[in-house]
Amino acid sequence: MLSIKNLHASIGDKEILKGIDLEVKAGEIHAIMGPNGAGKSTLSAIIAGNENYEVTEGEIILDNEDISELAPEERAHKGVFLSFQYPVEIPGVSVTNFMKTAINETRKANGQEEMPANEMLKVIREKSELLEIDRKFLSRSLNEGFSGGEKKRNEIFQMAMLEPKLAILDETDSGLDIDALRIVANGVNKLKSDKNAIIVITHYQRLLDYIVPDFVHVLHNGKIVKSGDASLALELEEKGYDWIKQEQEA
Amino acid sequence: MELKEKLISSFMAFEERIDVHSELHDLRTSALKNFETKGFPTKKEEAWKYTSLNAILKNDFTVFPKKDSAIEFSQVKKYFINEIDTYKVVFIDGIFSSHLSSTTHDGIDVCLMSSALTKPKYKMVIDTYFNQIASKDDSLTSLNTAFACEGAYINIPKSKVADKPIEIMYFSTGNESALMVQPRNLVIVGENSHVQIIERHQSLSENPVLTNSVTEIFAQKRAIVDYYKIQNDSHEANLIDNTYVSQQKESHASVHTFSFGGNLTRNNLNFYHFGERLTSTLNGITIIGEKQHVDHYTLVNHAEPNCESFQDYKGIFSDRSTGVFNGKVFVEKEAQKTNAFQKSNNILLSDKATINAKPQLEIFADDVKCSHGCTVGQLDETALFYMQQRGIPKKEAKALLMYAFSNAVIENIKIPELKQRITTIIAMKLGVKLGFDL
Repeated sequence: MLSIKNLHASIGDKEILKGIDLEVKAGEIHAIMGPNGAGKSTLSAIIAGNENYEVTEGEIILDNEDISELAPEERAHKGVFLSFQYPVEIPGVSVTNFMKTAINETRKANGQEEMPANEMLKVIREKSELLEIDRKFLSRSLNEGFSGGEKKRNEIFQMAMLEPKLAILDETDSGLDIDALRIVANGVNKLKSDKNAIIVITHYQRLLDYIVPDFVHVLHNGKIVKSGDASLALELEEKGYDWIKQEQEA
Repeated sequence: MELKEKLISSFMAFEERIDVHSELHDLRTSALKNFETKGFPTKKEEAWKYTSLNAILKNDFTVFPKKDSAIEFSQVKKYFINEIDTYKVVFIDGIFSSHLSSTTHDGIDVCLMSSALTKPKYKMVIDTYFNQIASKDDSLTSLNTAFACEGAYINIPKSKVADKPIEIMYFSTGNESALMVQPRNLVIVGENSHVQIIERHQSLSENPVLTNSVTEIFAQKRAIVDYYKIQNDSHEANLIDNTYVSQQKESHASVHTFSFGGNLTRNNLNFYHFGERLTSTLNGITIIGEKQHVDHYTLVNHAEPNCESFQDYKGIFSDRSTGVFNGKVFVEKEAQKTNAFQKSNNILLSDKATINAKPQLEIFADDVKCSHGCTVGQLDETALFYMQQRGIPKKEAKALLMYAFSNAVIENIKIPELKQRITTIIAMKLGVKLGFDL
């Protein structure tokens, strides 16, 4: 589904990604771990199309199409979803209205009719129950005054609404207490199918107890330096990232 | 002949045409004298530092249109918020159109300034209120006073709620190659009474128009006045709006100004307090582009204890447009326990757009809460990326952010049809169609 080949990217003069290769197939969950500053969030931002970064080399192929030149919304229309580490507050736009706009713009781009209002309400009800979101919450301004946990839960609610092909969860576990973590992970697991794929970006192993990855990659200094199965995450938790750093320097 | 000379020399002929009693004649004469001394304001004056009338004054304006112009309702229907459920006082090229209007004397007076100024039964009200709160010092207000003869006259007696909003509409047809009009409105809202008023100036052509309008509003004890100004005029229309609000104790007066068009717009908005525990609200949304210019010049004069004032102005400027916000809050020595808040938030969408924001607080009381804040910024790139990531195209995402930015002011609109209308105008200004209203 997603194939990243020799991806180099920089912001200004600073090269952050220095040749990433990654293959993600439908039905798989990949975890990308690594110390602070390794380039994890940069990688997710670049897949989603953030124009602050410049791709200097390599390609990002989604379903046999190079998407590296597409605008963020075009990638979204093709099924790329990024759960933000720091979701943005938008005062004056309710969660419901934001979702309606997002869904109908996506449908329009894909040549579909707008979703009928009653169907929209039904889907919103279903998905908000999945994430244990109070109905009143949906009429509040998007992310405004939400707690850290509410923001993350709202991100996964949006993911549930948009049903992406490829979901990237950027540090979704940060700022979550154990109950919220369980709800979010449960939501993600229910959305998982053999037709979509998930990339979990995380600093800690904790989230991977709930969302169990098929593959774990360690990103260090702009490169994937180690790949393995779920046990690699446990090993990292035990030994810390210094182990990887030392191995690299040796 | 220059416009100033033209106006002064036409004054005698003007007075001969209208039937005036001597008090009014004296008022007009001294007002004209003040204008003659001061002339049109120039950028040399501090209050007009950022707004120049020079280019506009070069037009050869007709000051008294001769032709009677007729318009069919169907031609201008779109400018009204409601066909039936509003009172309407409509003027075409400065002349009252009974055909388009829907006035009343049933319990409340919604009618014409020309009647009020000339008919004996209104004399007492006119003597009490006319030109009482309007500045006698300001040259443009004086110019209006000198030639004041037509406009809307609204008098809501004690303990009455106007059953429908009132729309005051000034159309200019373009039948004159350049037209200057000077409407004069008087609004008196009695004790415990309530009224909602919408004022709009609309040019129906691209011929130059200069409107120098004066509105006096009197809110008696516990009266509630909601006044909305829609400024979405053609590219050659210029408006100088001078509004004076006089408030008695426990009254609530709010003026909402929506500036979306016109060539040059200057809003002189003045609130004066004559009682305790009253509230003044001044809100504005300005969304302009090209070479448009909008200048908000506000004054709130806190003269009594325990009063509140709230000012919230949002501005979005693109292309080479320019904006000015000058907000003056004056707290007199007696006005203890004053709460005065002022905000001016601005977004510049282009490198060539300009905003000059200048809060002025003059506080002579020692137990008050006053605050002001001006911000100038661009649209938040992270927020744009966030919305695009959810599938919302950049143009729509920008529009949504701008809506969100103006939302606090939109939320304050108390007339649902008007709220809808303002939302639609904003969407048109931003060139998008959103599937919902905020």
